[in-house]
Amino acid sequence: MNVPVSRSAPPHTPYHPRWYRTRVSTYWWMLQWSYFRFVLRELTSLGVAYSCVILLCWIRALSRGPEAYEVLEKRLASPVVILLTVISLLLVLFHTITWFRLSADAMVVRVGGKRVPGVLISASNYVAWLVVSGILAWLLLR
Amino acid sequence: MAKRPIEPLFWTLFSGGGVISAFFVPVLLFLIALAFPLRWIAPPSYEALHNLVSLPLSRLFLFVVCSLPLFHWAHRFRYTLYDGLQIKHLSEFINVLCYGGAIVGTVVSAYLLWNFH
Amino acid sequence: MADNIQLDVARYSPERDDSPSFQSYTVPLRKDWVVLDALNYVKDKIDGSVTFRWSCRMGVCGSCGMMVNGKPKLTCATFLSSYAPGPVRVEPLRYFPVVRDLVVEMSDFMTKFRKVKPWLVRKQEKPISEGEYLQTPQQLEHYKQFSMCINCTLCYAACPVYGLDPFFVGPAAIAMAQRYNLDSRDQGAEERMDILAQHEGIWGCTFVGECTKACPKNVDPAGSIQQYKLTAAMHWFKNLLMPRASK
Repeated sequence: MNVPVSRSAPPHTPYHPRWYRTRVSTYWWMLQWSYFRFVLRELTSLGVAYSCVILLCWIRALSRGPEAYEVLEKRLASPVVILLTVISLLLVLFHTITWFRLSADAMVVRVGGKRVPGVLISASNYVAWLVVSGILAWLLLR
Repeated sequence: MAKRPIEPLFWTLFSGGGVISAFFVPVLLFLIALAFPLRWIAPPSYEALHNLVSLPLSRLFLFVVCSLPLFHWAHRFRYTLYDGLQIKHLSEFINVLCYGGAIVGTVVSAYLLWNFH
Repeated sequence: MADNIQLDVARYSPERDDSPSFQSYTVPLRKDWVVLDALNYVKDKIDGSVTFRWSCRMGVCGSCGMMVNGKPKLTCATFLSSYAPGPVRVEPLRYFPVVRDLVVEMSDFMTKFRKVKPWLVRKQEKPISEGEYLQTPQQLEHYKQFSMCINCTLCYAACPVYGLDPFFVGPAAIAMAQRYNLDSRDQGAEERMDILAQHEGIWGCTFVGECTKACPKNVDPAGSIQQYKLTAAMHWFKNLLMPRASK
């Protein structure tokens, strides 16, 4: 029986067929909504880095005196910086929300022999986050 | 005995940085970079903030909040570049960029907070 | 409900084709049919050359894993009517080389699976006269979830890191390592750590979490990997600070 053979196919033996390997696309993270959400979650690290830089600038300005601090305040209020800050704030909030859900999966906490459900661990983390944020805000504002 | 890679150290720093940034960074960024400059909330006076930051406990706290999250960024961004852009062959360059950046940030924050006056 | 549904099946013949293509078949849409039933209908009545793996047809053997509309599924456990009005796209499992049509080559998974020593490792075997290794229900509960794995490799098809990184050991293998590490009868945790803690063995995992979503047996491989990372990190620090204590 004549089986048509593709001209570009290299010869194969009956005991080792020519496997087809798909190369993973550079845009693999756009092909699926769950992958895209994952990459967005990973990109929150940029918001975290931005926050650290802002914090360092703030400390430096405070150390240099009231004039330097005023200059920093003006720079922080400029439209470009505000835009970057808003984006970073959204990223950082997304990090917080996803982090508590992830870390609950990674931890196994046992009480009286039974495993504490992950929902309880993440819920208590969220509450703790609100409390800590409140305390920090109070410390800064009083 | 198999050789012990340094990966667990970086992962631990990533985790610690993730916890610190999850708890403390949102409120700090919101207040310092949004609410105060835009006057949504009346910012405290320069003297009040200066006195608050100069406390030893504040300096320690700010050092932790400025350094560990940078290591969190370093580890996470490194893997985002590896997987997202598939440039793992540039791994030496990426590692220096990421962890080097985090080390620089840590040194800068230590210097600033130690010499805060 | 319509009478028929269209099945777009990926075809690849290594003798003839350079790359896979799709072939469409119209199959009856029966309420109780799963995708595997549709494929078998195609093979029996329409085109006998369609090649695919299946065995138990009840979700315990792990043979019939394929991509259905872009998601890794056990075709014996996926109802055809969920995809009405269709068409239903059936492709071979992602991130594995395709041998023919819907059949993939799994030896990479097999190699990595064997690497983690998925059996009870004892430093000292108990003699038969001393009886069995006893285990309480609480001790069983520690690892039971991870023991439910049927090696269907849907998690490998879901994991982008496995697709991108040839050194990554993969979800099912690490979950199986944890299953034995957490087993009270096992003493091989140290050996497995030496193997897995190598660069990219487990550290390539970025907790995408798709493996847990794809798993038909609720093994939660993502959780097992993160728990293992925590264990490995603590072990690393213990070794660093007290090198002789753990020996």
